[in-house]
Amino acid sequence: MALTNEIIKNRLVEKFGDVLTAWGEPYGMLTFTAPKEMNLRIIQFLFDDEELQFRFLTDLQAVHYPDNKGAQLAVVYHLHNLRDNVRIRFKVFTDIQNPDVFSATAVFAGANWMERETYDFYGVNFVGHPNLIRVLNVDEMDYFPMRKEYPVEEQTRVDKDDEMFGR
Amino acid sequence: MSDHILLPEGSLEKQTTTLNLGPTHPATHGVFQNILEMDGERILKATSTVGYIHRAFEKIAERKPLYQITPLTDRLNYCSSPINNMGWHITCEKLLGLSLPKRVDYLRVIIMELARISDHLICNSIVGVDTGAFTGFLYVMQYRELIYEIYEEICGSRLTTNIGRIGGFERNFTNAAFEKLEKFLAEYPKTLKEFDNLLRRNRIFMERTIGCGPISGERALNYGFTGPNLRAAGVDYDVRVHTPYSSYEDFNFTVPVGTTGDCYDRFLVRQDEMWQSIEIIKQAYQKVQEFKGAEAKVYHANAPAWYLPEKKDVYTKMEALIYHFKIVMGETEMPVGEVYQSVEGGNGELGFYLISDGGRTPYRLHFRRPCFIYYQAYPELIKGSMLSDAIITMSSLNLIAGELDA
Repeated sequence: MALTNEIIKNRLVEKFGDVLTAWGEPYGMLTFTAPKEMNLRIIQFLFDDEELQFRFLTDLQAVHYPDNKGAQLAVVYHLHNLRDNVRIRFKVFTDIQNPDVFSATAVFAGANWMERETYDFYGVNFVGHPNLIRVLNVDEMDYFPMRKEYPVEEQTRVDKDDEMFGR
Repeated sequence: MSDHILLPEGSLEKQTTTLNLGPTHPATHGVFQNILEMDGERILKATSTVGYIHRAFEKIAERKPLYQITPLTDRLNYCSSPINNMGWHITCEKLLGLSLPKRVDYLRVIIMELARISDHLICNSIVGVDTGAFTGFLYVMQYRELIYEIYEEICGSRLTTNIGRIGGFERNFTNAAFEKLEKFLAEYPKTLKEFDNLLRRNRIFMERTIGCGPISGERALNYGFTGPNLRAAGVDYDVRVHTPYSSYEDFNFTVPVGTTGDCYDRFLVRQDEMWQSIEIIKQAYQKVQEFKGAEAKVYHANAPAWYLPEKKDVYTKMEALIYHFKIVMGETEMPVGEVYQSVEGGNGELGFYLISDGGRTPYRLHFRRPCFIYYQAYPELIKGSMLSDAIITMSSLNLIAGELDA
């Protein structure tokens, strides 16, 4: 029997109850939001469960929502079940003042650099990561450049200001 | 190498040497560093450092309209930039809900498979060079040149192609492009066969690469390997088959799979994939030729709000001028949503995660770069091996610095 989004959702709700919120299927990919303390338990459950078998971490990254008070940073996981070829996505939101999220490196060796990259650009502190240092930027950098408070354009240039048309 | 004892730093008996491989070492074929702890010729420990050519593409993309992000994707894996371009176009089309005519899909398949050949060609011939066989490299390079000429006929550029547009191609393929493609299909298999003969059963090459830098399928999956490197380890995951895009489901091809995940298997998988790519191009070219009449001239979708009109139409037609203005000045709003789309790049699953909050630019764009993800396994792959094997392992992983550093 092919694994459908419906089955995955039921299985997760059965296991974790109603702490999982914001269910949706944008462009066919099952998406939900989980409390940040739960992320590792969910990953481990999705990995171990005989039926679900989400054993491939496709991608991991963060998003910054500055207006979302108390939950400014979202860490997004993309997992893939290669047997049934189903992908899911889930997010955990965290406060930017206290951006501690459990590291997935114990489950996926590949999460190591992905988490370092996420830390590098957004400052998400992955608790339990063996070597959480910057990976692409210089070590001396003292800010997290992908956060929305750092605009791309140089502030002194007026000729490039396109507030009429873009952000 | 558990029998090697690491002595304390600075002690007289300390026998290990620290060696910097990179950042600009000719053998690394790219700008990244490995700090190796050596005991004689053997590697005890390796630490990889990347980020020397980080260009903040994800940040820049947050200020660019969709069509201006295509040139950024060129510079990820610059050995097969058309695949990156197409992947980005397909992502945008998925977000915008555009459906493409079959002919456009088939033309894209031709270009993507040519790009895959040129990518694997570089990788395999460089493995040859690093094992001491320079000849093969020179044999096949002229066909990469021919592939670049085909790109040139279509989009005007060679390495960083910026090929196609959202919704199709900027112009129809010229006859010259098809002639060059025919020439390629007629001549390249012979050269590839010759190249194959030089290395596939070459005793020296086999001795050098078999058992060099192996990884098990399970470990490779855990590390997030994709593409030829994963398939060489025995896992038959190919995005073209698992989640077909651009009408890949219309083609017959097999996915070559290895067993041990060592350098030799990676070489063989890439080599066999090139043969499969030739078959796919032949099928796609056949399908393209089957279109008759008006259908045979279609090269873009009917999506005026997103497809940049041809320049000569902008000067002569009111409609085209309006849409040109709307697209270039950002009057068109993209739908709100989030989309993940991946394509089978030269090195594996190249993914685009795009979050849109409306407006003309993405709210967040993340590139899943296969190189970046599998390069973290490199210290584990080379631990305990000889320095010269580490070099071969690196080139057979096909590390492209542009893809490492986004």
